[in-house]
Amino acid sequence: MSTEVAISLTVNGERISRRVEARRHLIDFLRLDLGLMGSRVGCEHGVCGACTVRVNGLIARGCLILAASLDGDSVETIEGVSDTGEIRDLQDAFVARNACQCGYCTPGMLLTAAELLRDVAHTGTTPTRAAIREHLSGNYCRCTGYHAIVDAVEAVGKARMSGSEGGKP
Amino acid sequence: MSLVIDPRSVDRPNSYIGRSLPRPNARKLVEGRGQYVDDLVVPRMLHVAFVRSPHAHAQIGRIDASAALGLPGVLRVFTGQDLAAHCDPWVAVLAHLKGMKSAPQLPLPLTTATWAGEAVAAVVADSRAVAEDAAAKVSISWQVLPPVTDMETALDKPTPVIHPELGDNLVFERVNESGNVAEAFKTAHKVVEATFHSGRHTGVTLEPRSILAEFNKGDDTLNIHHATQAPHMMQEVLAKHLRLPLSAVRVICRDIGGSYGIKVHVYPDEVAVAVIAKIMGRPVKFVADRLESFGSDIHARDHRIKGRMAIDAQGRITAFDIDDLTGIGPYSVYPRTSAVEGNQVVNLVGGPYDFPNYRAKTTVVLQNKVPTCQYRAVGHPIATAVTEGLVDLGAEALGIDPVAFRLKNLMQDDTYPRTSPAGMRFEGLSHVKSLGLLVDMMDYRGLRAQQQLLRAEGVHRGIGFASFIELTNPSPFMYGIGGARISAQDGCTVRIDPDGSVVAATGVTEQGQGTEAIIRQIVAEAVGVPIDVVRVITGDTLTTPYGGGTWACRGAGIGGEAALQAGIATKQAALNVAGAMLQAAPDALDLVLGNIVDKATGAVRMPLAELGRIVYFRGDTLPPDLPRELMQTRHFITKQFPFAFTNGVQASHLEVNVDTGLVTLLKHWCVEDCGRIINPLLVDEQVRGGVVQGIGGALFEHCTYSPEGQLTVGSMVDYLVPMAAEMPDIEVGHVETPTKESLLGAKGAGEAGTAGAPAAIMNAINDALRPHGAKVFAQPFTPERILAAIGRVPKR
Repeated sequence: MSTEVAISLTVNGERISRRVEARRHLIDFLRLDLGLMGSRVGCEHGVCGACTVRVNGLIARGCLILAASLDGDSVETIEGVSDTGEIRDLQDAFVARNACQCGYCTPGMLLTAAELLRDVAHTGTTPTRAAIREHLSGNYCRCTGYHAIVDAVEAVGKARMSGSEGGKP
Repeated sequence: MSLVIDPRSVDRPNSYIGRSLPRPNARKLVEGRGQYVDDLVVPRMLHVAFVRSPHAHAQIGRIDASAALGLPGVLRVFTGQDLAAHCDPWVAVLAHLKGMKSAPQLPLPLTTATWAGEAVAAVVADSRAVAEDAAAKVSISWQVLPPVTDMETALDKPTPVIHPELGDNLVFERVNESGNVAEAFKTAHKVVEATFHSGRHTGVTLEPRSILAEFNKGDDTLNIHHATQAPHMMQEVLAKHLRLPLSAVRVICRDIGGSYGIKVHVYPDEVAVAVIAKIMGRPVKFVADRLESFGSDIHARDHRIKGRMAIDAQGRITAFDIDDLTGIGPYSVYPRTSAVEGNQVVNLVGGPYDFPNYRAKTTVVLQNKVPTCQYRAVGHPIATAVTEGLVDLGAEALGIDPVAFRLKNLMQDDTYPRTSPAGMRFEGLSHVKSLGLLVDMMDYRGLRAQQQLLRAEGVHRGIGFASFIELTNPSPFMYGIGGARISAQDGCTVRIDPDGSVVAATGVTEQGQGTEAIIRQIVAEAVGVPIDVVRVITGDTLTTPYGGGTWACRGAGIGGEAALQAGIATKQAALNVAGAMLQAAPDALDLVLGNIVDKATGAVRMPLAELGRIVYFRGDTLPPDLPRELMQTRHFITKQFPFAFTNGVQASHLEVNVDTGLVTLLKHWCVEDCGRIINPLLVDEQVRGGVVQGIGGALFEHCTYSPEGQLTVGSMVDYLVPMAAEMPDIEVGHVETPTKESLLGAKGAGEAGTAGAPAAIMNAINDALRPHGAKVFAQPFTPERILAAIGRVPKR
């Protein structure tokens, strides 16, 4: 019933060529075909944000994108950005402030937060708590009260702005 | 013997208990390197997709699986009949809930589907996608039956009886009464009353229910990787109903993506997966999708409560009178039962207050909806909303400030131990001190002054309070005495390894609360080693001491005390060996940060690693009769009180837009007394997470049904959950009244937020609406309900 499509793309900097079912969404492709389990499946209809990954540098819902549409594209997951150390300061802040409890939303939450803070060091302005809450409002966390997450993102934003530590490598 | 470490002492060098330390297992989670059930892939693994009933109530006719079986990759289709031969049915009742009844339940029903979403057939294929394709091709001849959907008429004569063998749709009824309620109302100065509704809602764990079952036909052992809070309970259930010895069943929990009570129950579809694995002798995985979660995870809190409260001429509360009705779906859920929530309501109403007369009745009925059962803060948010709603009505009737009315009627802090009119025994609570702290934290006077000014400008802000009690550290009085094989005891084994590393295996489990973190802190301090050499093992029935797991806020209070005692015993064992090696009295030595030291001077005598080397590799050099047991196990169970009650108080500050009915949360405060705090960083965000979950039920979350019994919220688009943008900052304060039942003194903290938040939100909304003379008592407090209350839209 399904047709296979050949794709070549970059995932976390590695070149990948696969044949995928046309109906395979990106999150299943990452998890089932590539064994990259760090991105989670939460709702599969684009609401919860657990499957957030980067496609060509911008965050996207892995459950709303068909893998077959990504020929020639670049995908980054939590495993990739952890290995490069790009969001190490955010990860440290999440650990230090208990901004992650069960951890299921955390990879998506971190990638979303990282996007918000991407230009802080460059622009010299960091988002307010309200702006952080607004930006994270597509990522569902059932464990924390979001307060610690906002604290962590706010602290990293301020640190990057002052250049005291962290900052984009 | 003066070895005992005493967390009650304020001057404790090298202490870990009470410190805000990050969790040891957080690093892997922030790197996406945790391992949840769905991440596990094993050779020859198969996948299940269930065919679920599209009807709320229907007879199952012929099941035609031929088209499904024709799809490449499909191996088997199982019906209820196929699995019944391999699994004994269960009936979810507890003996101490007198008169309770429920119907036998199997992994898949034999003749009748009793809720829309109930699994009725299982398709096994080599991928989940193919299993789903095939499930859509299974054809079932249904004979639709009239559904029972309205709990108010569930017991009426014309209403169909869901399980004819039970005679009626009544599951359980209880009246909890003391004093003379009739007299109190007859002689009352003021009587206030209201009818409250708590909207049916559900847990929405971000990780759906997940199970991977492996049966080895070579040795008849069943291995279950399960997203569950209670692995030993699941081991008991699977062993019993699959007719295996307990020793043949192993339940393993790795990382779990949230639980909140959702993952502490026996789900028939999960038992089906274990049975299928046993029949097929191959690993079988089932992970619910979101639609299945809404239609088959337990729901909760579907209650209607009529309440009234009597007040005397001195402004003292003299009586509460409550009539609770709850619909629990077609079956009581195994093995904790679905009568406990109603039972909690009749135990907890009026909990913080000093009054003499009490009557509370609960009626638990069946209906053709998703089964309900225990969900975070079981019964507490309902009881607290009723109590605090009536208390605010009382203050209003007397024309006095709600804080002043509470201070006058709360149980005073120096009156413990005592027993409430509902029969609850309180060892020590701090209602008055907690409310005092809360009022200071929030600048109550300032907010009231601001409220008055803004009212003049047409801005409707409200301030709402909720004092509450919370039941934690349950004894066997919760489940064990009713016949459920659920352990109230828990254990911990602590082991010193040759290099001075320490391993602690505990029966309590981790779903993100920080169990591993607090056990590590306790054990590091108790043994006397640097915290980073301690590793904690949780969630494996084969390698941890038998225990209950993590639920009902028992992890810190019960699991923590077992860990403390095991750590102390292990330290004692090490010092006994050290005494022999150093020709010193064990009492004159201590173990501090991994070194054996002279107790009087603190001088280092020997690293623990040297002791480990001698014990494990050169035991020949020690006196032959010297015990060298560097591994100790201790268990703990509460004995003096059935439950360790905690208390707290919350306040909500919010704004209601009277044109749109939308509520904007401005700030929330919670003061919580959970006894000894092991890690404030973890407790604070536990409390906040609980508050947000309570806010969800108060404002957004609602499992709505059509008159035909169809769940009309099947996705996260329809069923709203709290997201970051709508949530306020939440300030948390603490009062510490440790329990004297344990050396550690810890009580539970995980459910307090959920217990109090809905009541605080309700009271704040009603405070905001006061100029309009309008009130809302039915959760969730949607814009439509708020606009209807103030007459802007018609009431539905």
